[in-house]
Amino acid sequence: MKEAVKLGDMSRPGRTPLAHLENEDLMRLPPPLEDPSKYHNWTALAPHTREKYECGLDDTCALNLPQPQTKEEEAQLVAKFLSGLEKLFTRENNWTFLQPLLLTMEHCAKCQTCSEACHIYEASGRNELYRPTFRSEVLRRLYFQYVKHGGLLSSLQHGAIQLNWPLVARLAELSYRCNLCRRCAQTCPIGADNGLVAHELRKLFSQEMGIAAKELHDTGSMLQLKAGSSTGMNAEVVKDNIRFIDEDTSEKTGIQVETPWDVEGADILLIHNAGEILAWPENPGAFALILNAAGVKWTLSSELAGYDSINYGLWYDDAQFARVALKHAQAARKLGVRKIVLAECGHAHKALSVIADRVLLGDLSIPRESSMTLLRDIVMSGRLGLDPDRNDFPVTLHDPCNLVRLMGVVEPQREILRKICPRFREMEPHGVDNYCCGGGSGFAIMSGNNFPDWRFHVSGRKKLEQILNAFADCLDPSVPKYLCAPCSNCKGQFRDMLAYYNLWEKNRILYGGLVELIVNAMTDVRPGYIEWEWH
Amino acid sequence: MTASIYGIIYAGVLVFVVASVLRAVRYAKLPAHLRWELYPVPHEEAERARHGGSYFEVPDWWTKPRKVNFAGELKVMIPEMLFLKALREFNRKLWYRSFVFHFGLYLLAGTIALLAVAALGTILLPSLLAGFVGAVLHTLYTATGLCGAVMAIIGAAGLLHDRLSDPNLKNYTAPGDIFNLAFFIAALGALAAGYLLRGPGGPGALALACGLLRFDTAIPVPGVLSAGLVLGALLVGYIPLTHMSHFIAKYFLYHNIRWDDLPTAQSAEIQRRFAGYLTFRPTWAARHIGADGARTWADIAATNPSVGAGK
Ligand code: SF4
Ligand code: SF4
Repeated sequence: MKEAVKLGDMSRPGRTPLAHLENEDLMRLPPPLEDPSKYHNWTALAPHTREKYECGLDDTCALNLPQPQTKEEEAQLVAKFLSGLEKLFTRENNWTFLQPLLLTMEHCAKCQTCSEACHIYEASGRNELYRPTFRSEVLRRLYFQYVKHGGLLSSLQHGAIQLNWPLVARLAELSYRCNLCRRCAQTCPIGADNGLVAHELRKLFSQEMGIAAKELHDTGSMLQLKAGSSTGMNAEVVKDNIRFIDEDTSEKTGIQVETPWDVEGADILLIHNAGEILAWPENPGAFALILNAAGVKWTLSSELAGYDSINYGLWYDDAQFARVALKHAQAARKLGVRKIVLAECGHAHKALSVIADRVLLGDLSIPRESSMTLLRDIVMSGRLGLDPDRNDFPVTLHDPCNLVRLMGVVEPQREILRKICPRFREMEPHGVDNYCCGGGSGFAIMSGNNFPDWRFHVSGRKKLEQILNAFADCLDPSVPKYLCAPCSNCKGQFRDMLAYYNLWEKNRILYGGLVELIVNAMTDVRPGYIEWEWH
Repeated sequence: MTASIYGIIYAGVLVFVVASVLRAVRYAKLPAHLRWELYPVPHEEAERARHGGSYFEVPDWWTKPRKVNFAGELKVMIPEMLFLKALREFNRKLWYRSFVFHFGLYLLAGTIALLAVAALGTILLPSLLAGFVGAVLHTLYTATGLCGAVMAIIGAAGLLHDRLSDPNLKNYTAPGDIFNLAFFIAALGALAAGYLLRGPGGPGALALACGLLRFDTAIPVPGVLSAGLVLGALLVGYIPLTHMSHFIAKYFLYHNIRWDDLPTAQSAEIQRRFAGYLTFRPTWAARHIGADGARTWADIAATNPSVGAGK
């Protein structure tokens, strides 16, 4: 048996990884993936990556943090970390989350109840490094030593840890081994929150040291604030793309679809995750068709970031978060809409509806509503002709953490599925007890080095088990199956993970959104909106 | 000797009260954070609370009156406080030990309350306490006291055993965790032994309580009982100085964080407070933040780093 990683190992000099996983170590999967010897082998990190970047944590490397060249440089980085650590516990710098962070630091009973709730810990074969409390305990010890300036008595009471550059570098990576799904927090008897700890660590690294996953920062929030969307599409390009989508949708469905832009005084400003427009155009197409058919007065906005609901700051940086949230609210204010409706994107839902709620004051406080709620209203109102027989195939539903556990939108999407999908079946567990898809907190778009291997082997594994169990009675490829995931990020993870395990080719498991199923059932629409093709 | 013991008991209680209040005030005075609720939120309307839903499931939710279902909160809070429901559900092995320990402590807290009533009654209304009422109280505090001490000691011993033997806990156990549990066992063990072995001349619980209230130093307190009282008093004063004061933290973690789903638009007070926080001046050093100690959070949020200095 491998020896478990100890907290003190975080400060171990050198860059030898603390943990290494073999396929045999991982949680077993049900058929058809029951044989670990048939899994993909992990791609090893390239030697030049190991030589250039800090990869001393485990088998992968999410940040590509350059190795400091001198001892002085290391000392400077440690000093920067320390100054960030102090700021994390001050009102001026971190009023946004100080109270929950402080309470979590000071009151964890170290009972480990939360561990069993974490899909990453379980899927890794219960590797100590991935225990939800591991990174929290490192931060806790640093907090008591360096923020509270505890002496010997404090270190006897709370434990001690050596602060050095290897620890800081490993901690930065470790903050990107958590999906921020907060399933662990749900089970904590005290109410402590290890997901929050990972979030706050990411903030410290980003806000003080400028260290963040480049997919979240450089090509994420920065690009969004520059071009208008983290996809890089500016307003003209997005309008063009939507025009093509309208044409395609009209042709495919036999119903003329036109997306309204910048309509002042519209009832609803709909904001998509712009990734949908490029990767899954049938989703915005279906939205447009449904809203028009239901007679809703809606619009898209071509303002900067007004057409892309993504807000990656949610996962790593309060300033970036607030900037993008403001842009969304300003776009709505400019048009004078009655409400903002968030299309199928979980983190965008939580970002704008819940987390930004306290800072959208005055005339920026424009009501936000979930598209799940709006769609349920439309479907149940009878405004659309719907024939459930058109969806006569097995369907299961993934609950995006941000939408469900963290926002409480649980039933509307189920009511729709129960009405239009006669062979709908739940995953177990589901609703607020769901498991993350494994792509949460930005992982779905992080594909550097061999990070996808980690994503599909470890963070997505529990969800994969759930999907296979949900379809256990119909795995045969003669039965097409639909995994409904009303969230762009989750879909990104499913697209990559189902392909990785060949589950479309071999078992005909397709993934897609909710609106596609609604349009697929609409009697006014030509049959076959869902094309049963891999994309 | 007796006077010193009284002094230590008074000090222990005083430290407990003052430190608990200070801790609660410190947490309460922290800035209100951004919303960070976690569903299920039990004060949602019953039909939604059942599946963990929120008011976001209601079309145009902001136009509907918001009903807060306090009964739903109580339905979760009471079993949680009394029976540690979450631990029972998610960590049954630990719950057997932890529940016995905590319930023992609740019984001991009840014993102190009963003794206080009995002692005050004896001083102020001696005739009432001389008869049946006094006998009932005596039976009650003796039973709760002994049961409480035995349960808390057994529970603490079980927890200590786990701390020392369970590999899952090893990484996270500091010397202080061992000390804390050993402290409970020693203090409650000495108290129980001192009480049971005090001999015919030793004071009963009521006599001691009355003595404490009257500062009657003529009461002789035998050695083991003295040690138990001193250790118990020190323990009482020590608890709120440590993470064991989670009875305070839990209130904030549940009510202010997990269950705080109050929409900002419906609270002028929240709006006022957050408008204030936006005037704070951060000093984060990363370039894209653009903080210089003079600019406020509002300024920073309104700045686009891709076109400004932070580019
Ligand atoms: S976070 Fe909660 S559940 Fe996890 S070890 Fe700490 S007290 Fe226990
Ligand atoms: S937030 Fe989710 S991924 Fe992170 S430690 Fe908790 S359960 Fe695991």
